[in-house]
Amino acid sequence: MIEVKDLHKGFGDIKVLKGLSTSFDQGKTNLIIGQSGSGKTVFIKCMLGLFQPDSGEIFYSGTPYSSLDFDQQREIREKIGMVFQGSALFDSMTVEENISFPLRMFTKLKKDEIRDRANVVIDRVNLENANNKLPSEISGGMQKRVAIARAIVNNPKYLFCDEPNSGLDPRTATVIDNLIQEITQEYNITTIINTHDMNSVMEIGDKIVFLKEGHLAWEGDKTQIFKTDNEEVTNFVYSSNLFKMVREAQNKS
Amino acid sequence: MGYLHEIGKYFLMIKQTFVKPTKWSVLKGLIFKDIDDLIIGSLGIVAFISFFVGGVVAIQTALNLTNPIIPKELIGFASRQSVILEFAPTFISVIMAGKVGSFITSSIGTMRVTEQIDALEVMGINAVNYLVFPKIIAMFFYPFVIAIAMFLGILGAYIAAVYGGFTSADEFLTGLQDDFIPFHVAYAFIKTFIFSFILATIPSFHGFYMRGGALEVGKASTTSFVWTSVVIIITNYFITQMLLS
Repeated sequence: MIEVKDLHKGFGDIKVLKGLSTSFDQGKTNLIIGQSGSGKTVFIKCMLGLFQPDSGEIFYSGTPYSSLDFDQQREIREKIGMVFQGSALFDSMTVEENISFPLRMFTKLKKDEIRDRANVVIDRVNLENANNKLPSEISGGMQKRVAIARAIVNNPKYLFCDEPNSGLDPRTATVIDNLIQEITQEYNITTIINTHDMNSVMEIGDKIVFLKEGHLAWEGDKTQIFKTDNEEVTNFVYSSNLFKMVREAQNKS
Repeated sequence: MGYLHEIGKYFLMIKQTFVKPTKWSVLKGLIFKDIDDLIIGSLGIVAFISFFVGGVVAIQTALNLTNPIIPKELIGFASRQSVILEFAPTFISVIMAGKVGSFITSSIGTMRVTEQIDALEVMGINAVNYLVFPKIIAMFFYPFVIAIAMFLGILGAYIAAVYGGFTSADEFLTGLQDDFIPFHVAYAFIKTFIFSFILATIPSFHGFYMRGGALEVGKASTTSFVWTSVVIIITNYFITQMLLS
């Protein structure tokens, strides 16, 4: 479980996060949604320790994280898996080397054991015949799978995904969403996904946190988000023509 | 104030390079890869430039020997002194600031832009040590490149002078051995060693702390080349003052 208490973060005069407090449950896919510029990426980078918050605290299973230095954070960081928006795969490494990288860095496993464990994860994310390919030789969807495989190979307790569907076609996006949800339940990890995608909200939103201008505007689950009276949330949800049409159809019936 | 801030940040990066080391088994692979990219990959261009510039030094010296009192041995002597003292260690280092420096800045800068450095940091890896330390170690082999440059520079001078009909082989070889001071070679390698550290760290600094996208990677590479060259030239001045004055 991850708890966030009264988080503030600014860059110069611009205040991006303004006293954000929420929590994310274990074994669930927690989604952070909001318009561009609402502070989602800064929020996720604060939780990861890539940005130091100005004030407030983040607790990983009760352990305060933000106030620790890089060395002290290391123990928690090794339990974090991250899927970046652009996948952030290492260009010079093959798919298998990318996936086994955390094992080579943090475990004392032998080469064969590392290969076996990487192959288990490769099978789990349905990557076939790609072990020896470079990231530049595979599709965007496959790169996302490799990034997910790399994130989970060392059995993380926390999985972060920054817009995992960006740049993917709707079918591949759904496959990636379902994969993340299955992995979350299977490994019983705390998953936090930063997304704009309302399809993801409908598919896998066990908990949804809606940000507006750096503060928490609403939180609930995927069934509640379509029933809420919160104007800011409804404006966001029904900004797409598809969802507008669905709502109109529901209203008529 | 901006420059002082950057200089301070550079030295903090150097400090960070030597703490919290990456696992040796991983680091070993990175060092070999960097030796291949930075040292082996530069041998061709260094050999080509050294050979021809050595030849040009000999021809220029020969063409300026208009006074019959000055012996032809001077061609060999001048070529040796130019190549060993300045051309091989300094001129080649400025070329390497363009070749190796741009490569280091753009490769680390691209890793920054594509969030690969963030990925390392999220895993709890000291990204500075992971990326910069292997380059510093790989550049320890840079004096071998300069030794090759010295040899090929003098070989180029010999071929241009002797086969170009400016002097005889005996005269050239006599000049080459005239007043040879072994400390000059030591001086050349001392400064080469210092330049190798500059060549590994300043481009890494510009790549590691860059912000923005592809355009900024290009700008960072150019800035890195300018600053690496400036620092090499200034360092060269002070080392020469200290060791040869």
